Amino acid sequence: MTTASTTKPLFEVAGLNVRFGTGPGEVHAVRDAAFSLDAGRCLAIVGESGSGKSALARSLLGLAGPTARVTADRLRVAGHEAREFGPREWRAVRGRRVGLVAQDALVALDPLRPVGKEIAEPLLTHRVVPRREAGARVLALLERVGVPEPAERARAYVHQLSGGLRQRALIASAIAAEPGVLIADEPTTALDASVQSRVLALLGELKESGTGLLLISHDLAVVEALADEVAVMKDGRIVESGPVGRVLEAPEHPYTKSLLAAIPGSGPRRERTVVAPGDGSAPLLDVSGVTKVFKGARGSRRTAVDEVSFALRPGEALGLVGESGSGKSTLARMVLGLAAPDGGTVELGGAPWSGLRERDRRERRHTVQLVPQDPLSAFDPRWSVARIVGEALATAGVARAERRERTVRLLKQVGLSVEHLERRPLALSGGQRQRVAVARALAPSPRLLVCDEPVSALDVSVQAQVLDLLRSLQEELGLATLFISHDLAVVREVCARVLVMKDGRIVESGPVERVFAEPAHPYTRALLEAVPRRARAAVERL
Amino acid sequence: MSVEQAVRAGAPIAAVRRARRGRVRPGVLAAAVLLGLILLAALAPSLLAHGSPTDTDPVHALQAPGGAHWFGTDQLGRDVFARVVHGTRYSLAIGAAATGAGVGLAVVWGLAAALSGRFGDAVLMRAADALLALPGLLLALMVVLIAGKGVLGTTIAVAVGTAPGFARVVRAQALVVRRSGYVESAVALGVPRPLIVLRHVLPNTLGPLLVLATVTLGASISTGAALSYLGLGAQPPTPEWGAMLTEGQGFLEQAWWIALFPGLLLVSTVLAVTVVGRHAQARAEGRAAS
Amino acid sequence: MTPPHISAAVRAVTARAGAAVLVVWGAATCAFLALHLIPGDPVSAIVGSNALVGAEQREEIRHHYGLDRSPLVQYGAYLKQLATGELGDSYQLQQPVSSLLADQIGPTAQLALWSSLVAVVLAATVTVLTSGRSRWPRRVSSAVELLVVSTPSFWLGIMLLTVFSFRLGWLPVSDSGDARSLVLPVITLALPIAAVLTQVMREGLLGALEQPFSLTARSRGLAEHTVRSRHALRHAALPALTLTGWFTGTLLGGAVVVENVFARSGIGRITLQAVSDRDLPVVQGVVALSAVVFVLVGAVVELLYVVVDPRLRKGTGVAAA
Repeated sequence: MTTASTTKPLFEVAGLNVRFGTGPGEVHAVRDAAFSLDAGRCLAIVGESGSGKSALARSLLGLAGPTARVTADRLRVAGHEAREFGPREWRAVRGRRVGLVAQDALVALDPLRPVGKEIAEPLLTHRVVPRREAGARVLALLERVGVPEPAERARAYVHQLSGGLRQRALIASAIAAEPGVLIADEPTTALDASVQSRVLALLGELKESGTGLLLISHDLAVVEALADEVAVMKDGRIVESGPVGRVLEAPEHPYTKSLLAAIPGSGPRRERTVVAPGDGSAPLLDVSGVTKVFKGARGSRRTAVDEVSFALRPGEALGLVGESGSGKSTLARMVLGLAAPDGGTVELGGAPWSGLRERDRRERRHTVQLVPQDPLSAFDPRWSVARIVGEALATAGVARAERRERTVRLLKQVGLSVEHLERRPLALSGGQRQRVAVARALAPSPRLLVCDEPVSALDVSVQAQVLDLLRSLQEELGLATLFISHDLAVVREVCARVLVMKDGRIVESGPVERVFAEPAHPYTRALLEAVPRRARAAVERL
Repeated sequence: MSVEQAVRAGAPIAAVRRARRGRVRPGVLAAAVLLGLILLAALAPSLLAHGSPTDTDPVHALQAPGGAHWFGTDQLGRDVFARVVHGTRYSLAIGAAATGAGVGLAVVWGLAAALSGRFGDAVLMRAADALLALPGLLLALMVVLIAGKGVLGTTIAVAVGTAPGFARVVRAQALVVRRSGYVESAVALGVPRPLIVLRHVLPNTLGPLLVLATVTLGASISTGAALSYLGLGAQPPTPEWGAMLTEGQGFLEQAWWIALFPGLLLVSTVLAVTVVGRHAQARAEGRAAS
Repeated sequence: MTPPHISAAVRAVTARAGAAVLVVWGAATCAFLALHLIPGDPVSAIVGSNALVGAEQREEIRHHYGLDRSPLVQYGAYLKQLATGELGDSYQLQQPVSSLLADQIGPTAQLALWSSLVAVVLAATVTVLTSGRSRWPRRVSSAVELLVVSTPSFWLGIMLLTVFSFRLGWLPVSDSGDARSLVLPVITLALPIAAVLTQVMREGLLGALEQPFSLTARSRGLAEHTVRSRHALRHAALPALTLTGWFTGTLLGGAVVVENVFARSGIGRITLQAVSDRDLPVVQGVVALSAVVFVLVGAVVELLYVVVDPRLRKGTGVAAA
């Protein structure tokens, strides 16, 4: 890889401000940012959504958007002062000096063009190679990023490639014109854990070969794997920066500390009253040999859940871990009585639950309640919080006169107050919505709570609060919980026992500590790699 | 607006659209005022035009627009202004009644399809497909054959012409609602099915539809006038705009004003209704999306 | 590999053809049902106001057109006719409906295809010209589009006639057989279609420019107009394609209003005539023709869709990692 100026920093930024809009509606997205990046190094900018990290990254390409106003004391890109750049100068930089790897290749590459053409585009735009040699160069690039059968893949379209391959193709298009620096904006967020590590390894190789990396991420595990330096961003301001080891192991700023502490699995393990298996109590939920098959177009069949059996005792917290498409949500729907199994049975409280007519099931529906992944879509958008929770109370037979008082009590229980009663779901924050969802689930006094990815849509710091809430409810109310997540660390926070699911089957099960410490199945090990070790160790030392 | 949103608003139009949503634009205001005037003309035409729409005056036939007759007179000496103003109620009434009836029919049709089993859904939707395969006007013409010429027949025809398309929208929306998280939550709570339909499915299906109906009102007014123009709707000497255009077409060479003004009023009405309707639609979508 | 591939393709084609037949059959059945709901004796429609026709002759006519048979038998005969492309005889014009339609499809097709072509070219041009960074062209264009969409075609046609034929005398008032007489009808039909298409295409183009792949394209150093023409335009074409197909199908079924305004011959003209005279076989024929045209146009659109969007091509499922 040719890097024109190895001595000069690739980015040199001081006093960078990015503002959107004017007047009272103005958003000051980036405030007074300063940093520099050298060849062969990786600077990670860490922050939660809305912290301004993407605006910062785009302003380095002159792509913050026509409504953005970018000002800076110094803004040197690849050795040139970019403050006075016009469109032509910016175009000369983009792709040639600075490449961009966006979040999700499925949408970041043009879905209507073959991947090869997309990769060739920067080559031809910057006239790196003559048109007739572009094809060969594309194949070499695909090979370089580790795509097997490059000739075939170059003719394929994005949707025909798997998640890992398309992200590699996106990286290939970003490095095609040999830029000295790559901006990687959440480069692995859309990927499953097992694929994630391979893409990170590829980015690591690029760094080794001399490319500078500006990594934008909310995920400390990714940062830990790649970065040399870290800048932590909050509300548009860089609140702390330094070498990755120092920042993650000895954070100074309270926000960095809270970010680290909020990582699931990073806190000290809490003792909790766990119903020991085999203590004689009859299982609350008994799933035996359950199978669900989906019929696709043209007679194709897909087995989403394959002969799954497990039992859940009253008060027990059971985790169910797997990646997207592993069948865990389908399993949850069958436990909730929202989908009928094609084989096997579900029993609830010792009586049949699956295979009933809806009318016969209705009376016991209140015993199992759901905390959904996306609470916004689980609320009628026209209804206020009072009405949403009230409907749940009404089905549990609470008289109209008592509902308001009961609703307020439930809201308090989940950490909300009277002022939220008349709000509509849209007027609540993500964390508040999830709390309302929990309140609604608690309203009919259930014995089992099914939580389907209850925190995956939330920012890390909010995640921790919601997990705390769920944990304390378990202890206070003695609720049994079936906790579904793709994230083993999150499950470890709330559960005593865990099932690992892959392709519709349970591949491993056991106490969460054992699975965490000595994973038996290779798939579990791959899942575990997604948990940031150093950060976790650091917090435990605090 | 969060930073993230602002960043995503990369292309200029997004920002423009967002900014527009906040306040009522002057164009919308003008359209609303115009619509108010049109409604006044429909409800109380004699407040705006003193002359009679049907009194003939052969001596002053085919007079160009001027002080005595703002919009001129037609071949029988009738005041075009009075006729145009008095004609407002026909077009508005046909359009509104047809849209209302069409939406009503479509709601029953679409909901029945969405909520009945696979077989009922297939039959109802294939029927809608078959009717959608015909140009709307052809369908309307067939209905006129059955329901007869005249204002009532035209209204029914326009209603039936709009129903199959609407029924598809109702069904699609009802299916989205039925599969939504909140209906699923209600099922998991044990809310009985009829209550779910009443509380969640119906209101959330109808909301978007009513807005769509406002936008379609303009088209219904236009189609109603077209049927009258073709001689199937209101019959002369009724001062209906479409019928007036048919009469005026015979005098294009000598008296362009007979055909100009009814059409101008028709365009203004459709325009005003469309602008106000689209504004309502944008507001509704903005509420749902932001 | 080949046998399953072919059988899948055959199955898909069969399914498509089956659906098409179903639509045509459905439309024809609706027409049959509808026309049998018409109050009054069809024989009266056949003889018209000819008071000299006696009861015996009426029975003879009834028998000649098969109207004395039970509705179910009539329906069977009607479907059989339909399947053979035979559409019966017109009540009024004393000639087979099929030959009547065949005579009229020419002028209608000419009008419909020209209008669609002009509309598409006009819409694409306006879209590309007004989707730049500057807001003013877009605002002006939007206002004009709204005005045009709100203008009923018969009035637009009448006004064009007034100005260009009566006032200026540039173009003929009615169908004179030469190409000049096609100009005003085509404009009348194309303008509103172009306005709708422009709105849809612009929305699509601006939407595509907000997509992540446009950001990626810009990050490669592409100029804004290249991003627009190479990436975004194709995405904008997809919804416009459906709409164009729909418009063309509708026009081929007869531009009733415009053919009347400009006194042109064509399917729309005989449709209106048939509706006025209650000439049921002709109405049924037009319905069948429209449904067939709709299905054919739909198939063409679907084909074009696959050409534009690789995601719809057969055998392009997600490959394994």
